Amino acid sequence: MLCSKRALTAGAGVVAAALAMAACSSGAVSSGGGGGDGKNVTLNLATVNNGQMKDMEKLKGEYETAHPGTKINFQVMEEGDLRAAVTADVASKAGQYDIVTIGAYETPQWGANGWLVDLTGPLKSDAAYDVDDLLAPVREAISNDGKQYAVPFYGESSILMYNKEILDKASVTLSANPTWQQVADAAKKVNTSSRAGICMRGKPGWGDLFAPLTTVVQTFGGNWYDTSWNATVNTPEWKQAVTFYKTLLDTSGEKDPVSYSFNECLTALKEGKAAMWADASVAASMLEADDSPVKGKMGYAHMPVDKTKESGWLWSWNLAVPATTKNKDAAIDFIKWATSKDYHKLVGEKLGWSLVPPGARQSTYDLPEYKQAAAAYAPITLDVMKSVNPKQPGVNPQPWVGIQYVSIPEFQDVGNQCAQLIADYLANRGTVDDALGKCQGIAKKAGDAHK
Amino acid sequence: MTRSVRGGLVTTLTWVLVLVFFFPVFWMIINGFKPEAIASSIHPKVFFSPVTTGYQLAMDRGMKGYLINSITASVTATIIAVVLAIPAAYALSIRRVKNVESALSFFISTRFMPMAAVVLPLYIILKNLGLLDNIYMLAVVYGAVNLPVTVWMMRSFFLEVPFEIVEAARVDGAGLYREIVRIVLPLVLPGVAAAALISFIFSWNEYFLATLLTSNAARTTPPFLGSFVDGRGQFLAVLSAAATIAALPVILAGWVAQKQLVRGLSMGAIK
Amino acid sequence: MAVTELDTVVAQTATDKRRVKTTSKEVWTARWLLLPAVLFLILLTQIPFLTTVGYSTIRWNLLYPNDRGFTWFKNYGTALSSGDLWPSIVATVVITALAVVFSLLFGMIFALLLNRQFRGRAVARTLMITPFLIMPAASALIWKYSMFDTNIGILNWLSRTLHLPVISWSTEHPLLAVIIVLTWEFTPFMMLILLAGLQGQDTGILEAAQVDGAGPWRIFTWITLPHLRMYVEIGVLLGAVIIIQVFDPIAILTKGTGGTKTLAYLLYERAFIGLDVGQAAAYGVITVVLTIIVATIALRTLFKVFMAGGSR
Repeated sequence: MLCSKRALTAGAGVVAAALAMAACSSGAVSSGGGGGDGKNVTLNLATVNNGQMKDMEKLKGEYETAHPGTKINFQVMEEGDLRAAVTADVASKAGQYDIVTIGAYETPQWGANGWLVDLTGPLKSDAAYDVDDLLAPVREAISNDGKQYAVPFYGESSILMYNKEILDKASVTLSANPTWQQVADAAKKVNTSSRAGICMRGKPGWGDLFAPLTTVVQTFGGNWYDTSWNATVNTPEWKQAVTFYKTLLDTSGEKDPVSYSFNECLTALKEGKAAMWADASVAASMLEADDSPVKGKMGYAHMPVDKTKESGWLWSWNLAVPATTKNKDAAIDFIKWATSKDYHKLVGEKLGWSLVPPGARQSTYDLPEYKQAAAAYAPITLDVMKSVNPKQPGVNPQPWVGIQYVSIPEFQDVGNQCAQLIADYLANRGTVDDALGKCQGIAKKAGDAHK
Repeated sequence: MTRSVRGGLVTTLTWVLVLVFFFPVFWMIINGFKPEAIASSIHPKVFFSPVTTGYQLAMDRGMKGYLINSITASVTATIIAVVLAIPAAYALSIRRVKNVESALSFFISTRFMPMAAVVLPLYIILKNLGLLDNIYMLAVVYGAVNLPVTVWMMRSFFLEVPFEIVEAARVDGAGLYREIVRIVLPLVLPGVAAAALISFIFSWNEYFLATLLTSNAARTTPPFLGSFVDGRGQFLAVLSAAATIAALPVILAGWVAQKQLVRGLSMGAIK
Repeated sequence: MAVTELDTVVAQTATDKRRVKTTSKEVWTARWLLLPAVLFLILLTQIPFLTTVGYSTIRWNLLYPNDRGFTWFKNYGTALSSGDLWPSIVATVVITALAVVFSLLFGMIFALLLNRQFRGRAVARTLMITPFLIMPAASALIWKYSMFDTNIGILNWLSRTLHLPVISWSTEHPLLAVIIVLTWEFTPFMMLILLAGLQGQDTGILEAAQVDGAGPWRIFTWITLPHLRMYVEIGVLLGAVIIIQVFDPIAILTKGTGGTKTLAYLLYERAFIGLDVGQAAAYGVITVVLTIIVATIALRTLFKVFMAGGSR
């Protein structure tokens, strides 16, 4: 085609100039990277847009003041975006982040892939950090092969929350360890045309609908896979659990469950539009917040069960250091600070004691101020968090560690697709057999890859 | 009489429709001035005592840095697109190459090409070059996205230049540089402005590539907005405030340059 | 057919005399002028595309770093047999077509209303174009949380006030939600283009028609609509080119659920959530091939509109 040396150079010139400009640029948000010399370090931290993380963003100045020359640059993202951005970065070894926030689901997988810095040594050698103070089930869930790959920033289980006033009026009582049948009966009694007896998640998504539903399935005796990775979704236990969930929602649940997840149920409970709610334990701190209309009116119990003794889930948001970082020592130092006993006190003193990240450290629950501020829900949270068993949450043994998820890379996809199928069933757009049959096929394909 | 009544009715109807249509924007702006609890109330409130906490919170979260990145990327991308488009459009209108149509097709077909199809390889290439999360690299990519449209636009403006003027300049012995910069460019300045405006708007508003190709230092405003959504809690006021700040520059630019906007949007087809 | 048509159109343009007496030096000058832009585009679009073609033949999932190798066309087999492609094509076509049609319809209504002289017309026009100028990510977020939301959304406040059932727009009617947002964004775009067309109408003809006793509807269908044809074509074509690649409202509102997984979102999902480089590349190549087919048709129309328009 058209070609000449001079033109070529002219053409390449513009691009080259732009690239050269690009190569020696430094953006406005942070100066990026930095040297590892301990003098001027910028740590890029990717995190999820939850309140506790934003509190950490507010308090990062304290750390920066104590460590002159170190700057922490926060990137707060919505959960799905965070997952995509961080996974792509870590998996392709792009090394754009020095610290990443990852769930209990990813941590052991990524650790096994060699993508994360093994923190076992640095944590054990620091007596002040007191690694054994971290709650044991949480630690188990973020370790692989005895190596700990992350530190828990906050953790949560699931509990049953109910409006005592409403239940008292209907003279319904619940024990501290109710069964699902008892809860269903209670929900039916307090259900009215303007108020749901119980609010449960129905929004499709592996982290939405399937967080509570997987625990229901497990306590009814079902699970995603057996010990040799055979998918077990088309079993009677699954059908029983999913049908139970649907019947519960139909008789006494919110009107359009498919659009309800955590935030929607929280609003419903606060506004008195629902009497009960089984969801993340962290919700209790919001129901007991100063601006909450139901503050002091709530009762709390363990997650309802059927065949198992406990049915709470286990989730933690954790800080980890990708193996590609150039500032390994500074990054480890920061994540230790952000999950230390001192940080918990700092949050309490600067921002308020009810905002201390829950579910990570035993000692948090011994702080007198926290005990007082979180009296309504701290004891049960700690109790549930210590009693769940991520190695075998269901009736039968399972080949992975984790409760409301399966720690294989394919699970996000499997969970999302199945959640859409079951949401269709919940919304009367399909049958349970059809949904579970299709889901079995999807789960089987993923499981077969791990045999 | 009846005629003026009907006219009044149509005017009223027009205003009602326009205001309904504009309502989401209005709602965004006033939500930005509400306290969080009022913004997230089930019963919408139009009257309240305005606060600027939403705006303060947005700026405290470092919004300024993202806005600066957005400006850098948009301005650089616009310069790249305009500087490359002027000679190219010149060659497609005044000093013609032989295959104008195939050249035009080439340009516009790159605009048709879905960036999503090549973004993962682009990510890996940039990663290997160490150019991920680089604001000027993002600008270069934006420049490439905007270039085809800019070339088309500029070409249609150049076509309006009376050839006699160019010819006269040539007879006077003006060189190519002089011919373009001194003679033709001043005549098509409104066109250049229209092209620049469109390129700026598209770059400022771009979300997809910004999300994927930047992470920290070069992060622009659109992906930053999502971070105001809170998985657990109320956020509508601060989100609305941040969205208002983010949208303002382009809204103002568009309001001021409405005429250029029409010309630019139609790639120069509408005079 | 289209090619000859094209040539005649080009030959008719006012610029044809510029072709005479081109020396070889001038031809080269023109080529040099074109070269920077062409090289720049090749570097930034064609090279990544060739890399995509290369990647599409290898087995490479970032989540399984140790399992990498050449697989010939296996990725294409998986992509074509997965059943993802066809629903995505349908979603892309449905969303693009409906959003274009609705925004054209509303754009026409507003253009006609704003073409009249009335008090505050400039203000009304300014307010009207704002949705198109607002950052699409901001629009999607605002619609999601302050319009569509089940609890605090205005649409559901309206439903409750009118004692209608509460609708959770982005989960119950995801497709509709995406189309509503896109229509809202692109109505001003269509309006601006059509308004330019209306204002370019020969008022003499309109008055003559009125004198002849033609009613407003007749004038609209017989005179105005044919006159607007070119403007409609421009609006539809350019609107479709932008909307077909749209990503923001889907990523923010629906994450591809409920029949909204357009090709752009599918590609993103395969690449950045699936992290399967080989698969994603295969999807990418297939999409580009499909795009070329569509673009070829669109380009012919585009040339017709622009070459004809360019000479006016």
